[in-house]
Amino acid sequence: MNEYNFAYLDEQTKRMIRRAILKALAIPGYQVPFASREMPMPYGWGTGGVQVSAAVLVPEDTLKVIDQGADDTTNAVSIRRFFERTAGVAVTEATAEASVIQTRHRIPEAPLRADQILVYQVPIPEPLRFLEPSEVETRKMHALEDYGLMHVKLYEDISRHGAISTSYAYPVKVEGRYVMDPSPIPKFDNPKLEMAAIQLFGAGREQRIYAIPPHTRVVSLDFEDHPFEASKADHACGLCGATDSYLDELIVDDEGGRMFLCSDTDYCAGRRRAGHAGAEAAPFEEDAA
Amino acid sequence: MMELAMDAAIGATAGTTPLLRVEGVTKRYGARIGCADVSFDLWPGEVMGIVGESGSGKSTLLNCLAGHVPPDSGAVLFDTRDGGLRDTLTMRESERRMLSRTDWAFVHQHARDGLRMNVSAGGNVGERLMAVNARHYGRIRAKATDWLGRVEIAADRIDDRPTAFSGGMQQRLQIARNLVTGPRLVFMDEPTGGLDVSVQARLLDLLRGLVREMGLSAIIVTHDLAVVRLLADRLMVMKDGHVVESGLTDQVLDDPQHAYTQLLVSSVLQV
Repeated sequence: MNEYNFAYLDEQTKRMIRRAILKALAIPGYQVPFASREMPMPYGWGTGGVQVSAAVLVPEDTLKVIDQGADDTTNAVSIRRFFERTAGVAVTEATAEASVIQTRHRIPEAPLRADQILVYQVPIPEPLRFLEPSEVETRKMHALEDYGLMHVKLYEDISRHGAISTSYAYPVKVEGRYVMDPSPIPKFDNPKLEMAAIQLFGAGREQRIYAIPPHTRVVSLDFEDHPFEASKADHACGLCGATDSYLDELIVDDEGGRMFLCSDTDYCAGRRRAGHAGAEAAPFEEDAA
Repeated sequence: MMELAMDAAIGATAGTTPLLRVEGVTKRYGARIGCADVSFDLWPGEVMGIVGESGSGKSTLLNCLAGHVPPDSGAVLFDTRDGGLRDTLTMRESERRMLSRTDWAFVHQHARDGLRMNVSAGGNVGERLMAVNARHYGRIRAKATDWLGRVEIAADRIDDRPTAFSGGMQQRLQIARNLVTGPRLVFMDEPTGGLDVSVQARLLDLLRGLVREMGLSAIIVTHDLAVVRLLADRLMVMKDGHVVESGLTDQVLDDPQHAYTQLLVSSVLQV
């Protein structure tokens, strides 16, 4: 499609976003304001992630888009098609083959490499938001490293539920300095935030970009007597039998029947292709879908 | 003059530096005066009352001292733990914030301004501890429970939100939240305002006990002369932004010299 500039955004906009990305990489965890554009999709559908992806894509890239781990949900399919049409880049569902991965609320199970970029869609970038409504005040708190309030939230969790019940968007401290919202990934994924790939976070409506450079120290906040735990459902995947992946719970009938399966569809399919089978698996067929 | 002589006398007996030294603090709102050229020393363990009618500049002065409002001129020197007397107005904001959550405390007139209404009582008390890097849940909670007891809030209310508390309880919770880190200087802005008299009496009793027990220094702004009579060692009377009279509390209240102080003292209803 030559009616669009490469990757939809005009070159000036992409330069502006790249400048924000470079600044974000230079100050890990710091939220860099940027002039977010209107995108041809509603806020909440990943307008921030799409703008970051558009700014980092080059024609040689291979793009993968996932939504809650899955390649085949509406959000993932429509963003993938968007870049197929406006950038003409190759797309894939295989984590290992992708050079840019845009994700909503998951980190792929397969470890990422140094030549890959992971782009997160972020709804609310400010980890302090629900305790301190004023943006002026939260920015001041970040500047002065005044983060006592973050632990108040965890304290409230323990006092009400007996354990830290925050299970997604679990706050982290990046490189010993900025407290950051890792976007609504399950806390199971938090340990994976220390990785070899570049991680970029884009919040379109809130007009913020932040980043974690490769191999940056990322610590999940906790208490000495209630340490952080990367939790997942205590089951094996019903389809591939994996016990080490993050699981979705699926209701299968109206009699209380349910099954657990990998939320990362590519990881699950890869394992089944390799001959692994879970308790509820049908024989694997390559083109079953 | 009397004020200076008295300061010197107290200084000589204590033989230390003052905890807080205020020098010529002035704050203008455009052409109007908030407070003008206020100077005094506050010594460790001393409670200073500031009285005056509404609009006399006493709250402006308190906010200037506590660093909430930058004064136009003057200096507010605080005897910091590591650096001796330092001007808090020229400090970096991070240092000032550190002071305001360790050595300083601020009790607001309306408990709502000083509490987090959507956080439990325990969380409210624990916030200052967590702000100075307490990271052990059990110990934070034990300390919160202890402090709730000291301000006469039942331990089983620790997980209730302040919205479920009465006005008096909210005010006591605010005091617990402020005193939990063992501050050396407490600023109080009408701590008993808006409470009925019996609740006021209990709160004053509590405050007096805590101030004596912890050896706190405090600056209390109020228009209620009974409050300063009970709590304050020394008194400053303000009118139209100026200090018109100051001295020992009983001295000022029993033998007022300035016409305005005489009016103020005689205005109190006798029951």
